[in-house]
Amino acid sequence: MQSLQKITSRFIPLRIENVDTDQIIPARFLKATTKDGFGKNLFRDWRYENDDETIPKADFVLNQQQYSGAILVAAKNFGCGSSREHAAWSIQDYGFKVVVSSFFADIFKNNALNNGVLPVTVSDAFLQQIFAQGANDTLSVDLEAQTITIDATGAEERFDINAYKKTCMLNGYDDIDYLLNMKPEIEAFEKK
Amino acid sequence: MGKTLFEKIWDKHVVKQIEDGPSVVYIDKHFIHEVTSPQAFSGIEKRGAQIFRPKQIVATADHNVPTMQQELPIKDALSKFQVDTLIENCKKHGVELYGLGHKYQGIVHVIGPELGITQPGMTIVCGDSHTSTHGAFGSIAFGIGTSEVEMVFASQCIMQTKPKVMRINIDGALKNGVVSKDIILYIIAQISASGATGYFVEYAGSAIRALSMEARMTICNMSIEMGARGGMIAPDQTTFDYIKGRLFAPQAADWDHKLEEWSQLYTDADAKFDVEINIKAEDIDPMITYGTNPGMGLSVRGTLPTIESFTDATEKQNYEKALAYMGLTAGQSLLGMPVQNVFIGSCTNSRIEDFRLVASIIKGKQKDPNIKTLVVPGSQEVAKQIKAEGLDKIFAAAGVEIRQAGCSACLGMNEDKIPAGEYCISTSNRNFEGRQGAGARTLLASPLTAAAALLTGKITDIRDILN
Repeated sequence: MQSLQKITSRFIPLRIENVDTDQIIPARFLKATTKDGFGKNLFRDWRYENDDETIPKADFVLNQQQYSGAILVAAKNFGCGSSREHAAWSIQDYGFKVVVSSFFADIFKNNALNNGVLPVTVSDAFLQQIFAQGANDTLSVDLEAQTITIDATGAEERFDINAYKKTCMLNGYDDIDYLLNMKPEIEAFEKK
Repeated sequence: MGKTLFEKIWDKHVVKQIEDGPSVVYIDKHFIHEVTSPQAFSGIEKRGAQIFRPKQIVATADHNVPTMQQELPIKDALSKFQVDTLIENCKKHGVELYGLGHKYQGIVHVIGPELGITQPGMTIVCGDSHTSTHGAFGSIAFGIGTSEVEMVFASQCIMQTKPKVMRINIDGALKNGVVSKDIILYIIAQISASGATGYFVEYAGSAIRALSMEARMTICNMSIEMGARGGMIAPDQTTFDYIKGRLFAPQAADWDHKLEEWSQLYTDADAKFDVEINIKAEDIDPMITYGTNPGMGLSVRGTLPTIESFTDATEKQNYEKALAYMGLTAGQSLLGMPVQNVFIGSCTNSRIEDFRLVASIIKGKQKDPNIKTLVVPGSQEVAKQIKAEGLDKIFAAAGVEIRQAGCSACLGMNEDKIPAGEYCISTSNRNFEGRQGAGARTLLASPLTAAAALLTGKITDIRDILN
């Protein structure tokens, strides 16, 4: 897993609530047997007319050239619906390292953390402040300090992440290494 | 202080509590399917690790299989490769597979319970969000991502932060024409598509106790549609009667021992929930959704919210977006609106009881000539039972074809899709944009409401047919 410590980047504002994983990556792209190449189909049906890559929908934010960056900012309840980890793979493969929302669905949050994509939960008020920024403004996320800053205004908010997951993310460790090392304890538990 | 049902099972399965972190939770049963497992198998191989407890895994092919001519090779090359990969992986790693052509094949959340694999007090996971279905037996069951599938492969454990607990009490008697699907659509409409995020939900109350296991599964199945980590119902005589005698149910002396253990699985009278919600069963009408998340539901006789009822700008914008997608108008009524498709199936409503319900309505009648149908049993066993009870003849006489087991048009991964712009009354669980095919407009409802539309070609209050 890729590690993440600090990032300063422009952001892509997705002012949509309840973004479900079927929108992030439609089911027809789940036939793959590897984790590669999902980014090109991220938000596929919001991005293109009639599933045609040559006809981008002008009103969708990923197609608006003024917006770019490694941070996706979405309205509340991001990642609801299916457990498909393909959604996290798509977001990561597209180039996002951080997703900001005022509320994340549980399974998506875990999937993101397990793929080195940091979910940052902010208050509704702070989310509105971010959405009020211009396309050239940047956000800074500092995982060690657990802060997110709107650089233009200096407004800052602290976000939660449990200490274990934070260590994993800062160092690029994953849970499976940890669990593999726990085998004797697990075997002892089974015998109880 | 007493413990909730959830806490009793959770505490028994915690191998280790990581300081300031998640719990390492032992998993009793792990279901896998073709779509969310291949990357976990290759992940474990890349690490040079072995599957720790292959005997605790059961595999099936359901999401990406055709529902016609299953005996022939799968036509779609990518789908075929994915299903073949599952066969190869299961063989290589010693995992039991009920694949295409096997008499136990079917939707993972249908076969687990019907084979008696799902039992009270267990921890159960699967790379599928509707794993919450198995909670109907008084187990902790939840959906996981593929990295977590790999975790369970490697260690039979998963890292989870302990969720908060919510109890939803539904007391009283349901009105005629109202079934368990309406209960859960009503709850989600009340608390929204994110109203239970962060919680594990226990459903309780006299209306729940009166339900069959099939009906309880429908409710637990859709827990995820309000964001809940899972849903569960304390086991009782209905549960025990359902399990007894099934293929993998405990036998003889083991049964008595298990029964004693399972009888302890209830929430203590003095246990505390973080949130408690009370619902009167008689307040629930046959329900239908009108929008693009399962929280956007109302009584089949209701009217859509007005634009003015939204004060928040983003919410208003989202509502308008949903209306545009669905081709509906704020404030309108849905009753009498023509629909073009009916889908009966999915892990929510594809069990034998669902087919009995539909058959009871369409018996001796003809489907509306304009309605296209996708009617898909949840498993080979359900299909067999449909024939044994002669229900297939009732469907055939009504002009409705019954297909072969799979997830089908619930998620439109195979060729079973709803055409763009058309409406589909669907017994499935999600009405997201494009879920049943690009541009498809899904209206979630109960099997009874679906059966009513099958006959009339329109959104119909089932009570108008029953009375």
